[in-house]
Amino acid sequence: MADQTLSTNAWPANAAPSDLISPGRKRLGWALMAVATLGLLATIAVQILYKTEVDTIGFETWRPVVYAYVLWGIALGIGQVLTRGEDGQRALFLLPALLFTIAMVIFPTLFGFYIALTDWNLSSFSGRKFNGLDNFWQMLSDSYYRNALFNMVLYVLAVFVEYVIAFGLALLLNAQIRARKFFRVVFLMPLMLSPVAVSWMIGKSLMEYRFGPAATLARHLGWENPAFFSNPITARISIMVLDAWTFIPFMMIMLLAGLQAMSREVLEAARVDGASAWQTFWQVTFPLMLPVSVTAVILRIIFKLKLADIIITVTSGGPGGATDSVSSFIYREYRDRSNVGYGTMLAMAYLILIVVFVTWLLKFASRFVRNVN
Amino acid sequence: MKVSLYNQLVRAGATRRDVLKGAASVAALAAASGAGLGALTRPAAAADDLRAKILQIPGVGKGQPTDADFQQVGELCLEATKANVKEGEFAGVQLTFMGLNNQNLHNVLFRGFLKPWETYTGAKINWIDLAQADYNARLQQSIATGTVDFDIIEMGAPFEGDVCGKGLTSEMPDWVKDQIDMKDVVAYLQPPVGTWDGKQYRVTVDGDAHNFNYRTDVFADADLAKAWKDGGGEGEWGVPKTWQQVQAVTKFLKGKQVNGQDIFGYLDAPKPWGGFGFYFLGSRASAYAKHPDDKAWLFDADTMKPRVNNPAWVRAIQDVIDALPSEPADQINADPNTTAFQQFLAGTGSMVTWWGDVGSNVKTNDSSVVGDITGFSILPGSDDVYNSKTGQWDKLASGPNYAPNCAYLGWGVYVMARVDTDEKKKKAAWSAAAHLGGKDLSLWCAAYPSGFQPYRNSHFNIPEWVAAGYDEAFITSYLKSEADSYNHPNAAIEPRIPGIFQYYSAAEDILANTFAGKMKAQEGADAIAAAWEKLTDQIGRENQIKLYKASLGM
Repeated sequence: MADQTLSTNAWPANAAPSDLISPGRKRLGWALMAVATLGLLATIAVQILYKTEVDTIGFETWRPVVYAYVLWGIALGIGQVLTRGEDGQRALFLLPALLFTIAMVIFPTLFGFYIALTDWNLSSFSGRKFNGLDNFWQMLSDSYYRNALFNMVLYVLAVFVEYVIAFGLALLLNAQIRARKFFRVVFLMPLMLSPVAVSWMIGKSLMEYRFGPAATLARHLGWENPAFFSNPITARISIMVLDAWTFIPFMMIMLLAGLQAMSREVLEAARVDGASAWQTFWQVTFPLMLPVSVTAVILRIIFKLKLADIIITVTSGGPGGATDSVSSFIYREYRDRSNVGYGTMLAMAYLILIVVFVTWLLKFASRFVRNVN
Repeated sequence: MKVSLYNQLVRAGATRRDVLKGAASVAALAAASGAGLGALTRPAAAADDLRAKILQIPGVGKGQPTDADFQQVGELCLEATKANVKEGEFAGVQLTFMGLNNQNLHNVLFRGFLKPWETYTGAKINWIDLAQADYNARLQQSIATGTVDFDIIEMGAPFEGDVCGKGLTSEMPDWVKDQIDMKDVVAYLQPPVGTWDGKQYRVTVDGDAHNFNYRTDVFADADLAKAWKDGGGEGEWGVPKTWQQVQAVTKFLKGKQVNGQDIFGYLDAPKPWGGFGFYFLGSRASAYAKHPDDKAWLFDADTMKPRVNNPAWVRAIQDVIDALPSEPADQINADPNTTAFQQFLAGTGSMVTWWGDVGSNVKTNDSSVVGDITGFSILPGSDDVYNSKTGQWDKLASGPNYAPNCAYLGWGVYVMARVDTDEKKKKAAWSAAAHLGGKDLSLWCAAYPSGFQPYRNSHFNIPEWVAAGYDEAFITSYLKSEADSYNHPNAAIEPRIPGIFQYYSAAEDILANTFAGKMKAQEGADAIAAAWEKLTDQIGRENQIKLYKASLGM
C-alpha cells in the first residue's frame, strides 16, 4: 500500500511536494505572480484612464488588456507550480478552463449587468451614460415587454401539447409497425432543418395566403380567407405549430429512447395480470417514463424560452404583438433601435427570470417524480 | 457557358430565357456556330453610342439581367476610369465594400460592375453583404464601437448625420466630381444632400421618392366604371388623384373582379420592416401634413416636438385602419417588399406606393404580370392640408395639396476616412466609387432592376428609353412621376438626422399595434410622439434641432 501511495504522489515524475519546495523557488513564484498581477492591473488602469480621457497615454483598442490577461494567466500557472509544486501542477488542469470561463462568460455577464445600468443609444452624441435603475423602471412599465412575457407563457404551455403528440409518435415508432426505421428517420428530419429555413419553406411559402398549398387546401376545406398570420389567435397558433413541427421530433426521440430502455418484463407482467392496453400505458408505461418525460419537457421549455427566429422571419412579432416573444422584442429594441442599454436590461432581466423559473421547475419536477414513483 | 458565347447569342437576339433553356441552349450554341445563327439574327443595331449600346444589355423584355450583363456594362463604362487611372495603378490595393444584397440587387450588381474595374486597375475588392433589415444595426454598431471595417460603403442620405457628422468619411476629391459630372444630378439631390459642414462626401447612385403606381386596366374597366356610377361613386371612374379618392376606390373595389381575377384597391404595408416601413405611412401622410408654407412636417423645427400625433398624421393612420378591411385578408402581415414585389407585380391590388423600382421592375422583372397595364403619377394629394402653425385644416386656392415623399433621398457610395492615410488606397476607393456613380452606368441602373432610380437630368431623355425597348407612353408616365416628385415645390424631405431609423422603428412597433386594433389612431400617434420625445432627449435635443433644420435647408 505504501508503495502505491508513493507512486501516486510521485506523479508526475519531476513534481515536488509542496513541503519540499525551497523558499527561494516559492519567492520566485510569488514574485512572478505579483509582477504579472501588477502588470495586468496597471494595463487596465492605464487603459481606463485613457478611455475616460483622464490621461493621454493608452492604447487605441482594448486588445493589449487581453494580451495582459493572457500573460497574467500564464504567469499564474507558472507561479502555481513554483509555489505549490505538485498541487500547482494539478491546478494547471483547471486553471485554463477557469480563466477562459472568466474571460468568456463571467466578465461579459458582469459587463452586461453594467451596460444594463446605462443609457446607451448608439446614435447618442454623448455616448454611454450611467443611469442607475432607470432602464429597470422603464422595463416595468413597458407594455410591449409585458405582452412578450405573456406570449412566452402561452408558448411554454404549448409544450405540453407538443409532449402529448411526441409521446404518441414515440409509442407508434416503438410499436412493431412496417418501415419503422424509415419513419424514425423521416420524423427526425424537421429537427435537422434550421428554423429560418422552416420559416421560409412553411411560414412564408406553404402557408402563404395567395399561392401557398396549405392556404389552397384550407380554401378547399371551406375556410374562405385562410390568412394564417392575420388574426392574433390564428397567428399565435400558426407560430406554435411551426415551432412544434421543428421540435416535436426532439422530444419524440428522447421519449422513444426511454421506451426502448424500459423493461419488457414489467409490461409482460402487467399483461399477465390482465391489464388492458390503456391500463398498461397509464399505470405502468407512463409512470416509468416520467423521469424521461420530465427531462424532455424541461429541455423543450428551455428551447422554447429562446424562441425568436421563426417569429422574426415570419411575423416580426405581429399582428399587433400577438406573436412577439421576449427574444424577438429584444432583437428589435437592440438591433433596429440601437438601444443597447435598455435592450441589455431586458435581456438581463429575462436571463434572471429564466434562471429562477428553470431552477424552480427542476425542483418541482424532481419532487413530482419522487411523489409519483 | 462562356460569357462571350452568351453575349454573342444575346446580341444575336436570343433572350436570356432562350439561352438558358438547358439542352435547348446547347443546340442553340451549335446552331450559332454555323449557319443556324441566321434563325436568331436580327438587323444589327447601328447605334455606336455607348448609352444606346448598354441599354441593349440585355434589352427590355428579354428577361432579367445576369452577372454577365453587369460585367459587360461595367466593362463598357470603364472609359471614364481610364481617363484618371493608369492600367494596373492600384495593384496590391485591397478594398472592403459594405452594401446591401437584398433582392439580388445592389452589391450583386456592384460586384459585376467592378469586376472589369478590378481587372483594369489591379485592385481587389472584398465584400460585406447585408440584408436591408440588418443594415442600420450593422452600421450603428460599427460607428459606436469604433470598428469601421470597410473602406467604401453604400449608404443612404439619412445616415449622413451618423457617419459624415462624426468625421468617418473621406472628402470627395475634385477629380471625382468631374468624372461623375455632379452637375447632372437632379436639384433635390444636390447639396446639402451628400455634404456635411460644406464638404462633399457622396457619390450619388440613386434617386428616391415615393411615387404612385396604379393598374391602368382597372381604372379603364367599363364594368367597374358602371358599378362605380351605379353605386353612387363621386365623379368619373378613374385614377385617384387624392387620398380621399384612394380610400373610396379601395373600399369600392373590395369583392370586385377584373378579367375573372379578384382585384383590390390600395395596398398598405402595416408590417414592420426595420424602420423602412414608416416611409409608407409617411407617403399617406405627406399630403395632409406637409403644408406649402412650412418646410417641416415630421417635427417642429425649433423644438423637435413630434408632429406625428397632430390631426394630419392621425388622419393618415386612421386611413390605413379604415382601408385594411378592404385589402387582401392577410394584409396586416404584409411589409413593403410584399406589397410591391409579391402583390402588385403579381397582379394583386391596383395601387401601391414605392420608390421608382416598380416602374423598371414591371417591365423587366421575370415575376411581373403587369408590365403593360401599369401607370404612374406622383403621390395622391389631399383636398385639405393641416396647418401646424394655426392648428387648422386649410383648403388651398390652387386645389388639392400635393407633397411627394422624398423618402430616403437615395443611395450613395461613400469612401471612409480610414483610407485617407494611404494616397494610393484613397485614390483606388474613390475611383471605384466614381465608376459606380458614372453617368452612363447610372442610366443602365435606372433602366433595369438594380435597386436604383433615375437621379440625373440626363436620365429623363425619353428617346433613350424607347430605344432600349420601353413603350413610349409607359416610360413617359413613369419618368414624369419621378421628375415631378423630385422637382415638386412642396416635396416632403427626409430629415438627415442621427438615429432617424430608430424613430421610424419605434413608430413601426406602435403602428403595428394600432393597425391590429389594440389602440385607436390618436392613442397610437400619441405613443409614437412620446417615444420620439424620449429618443430625442437620449440622442441630444439641441444637436437634433440643429441638424433637422439644416436638413430642411432652414
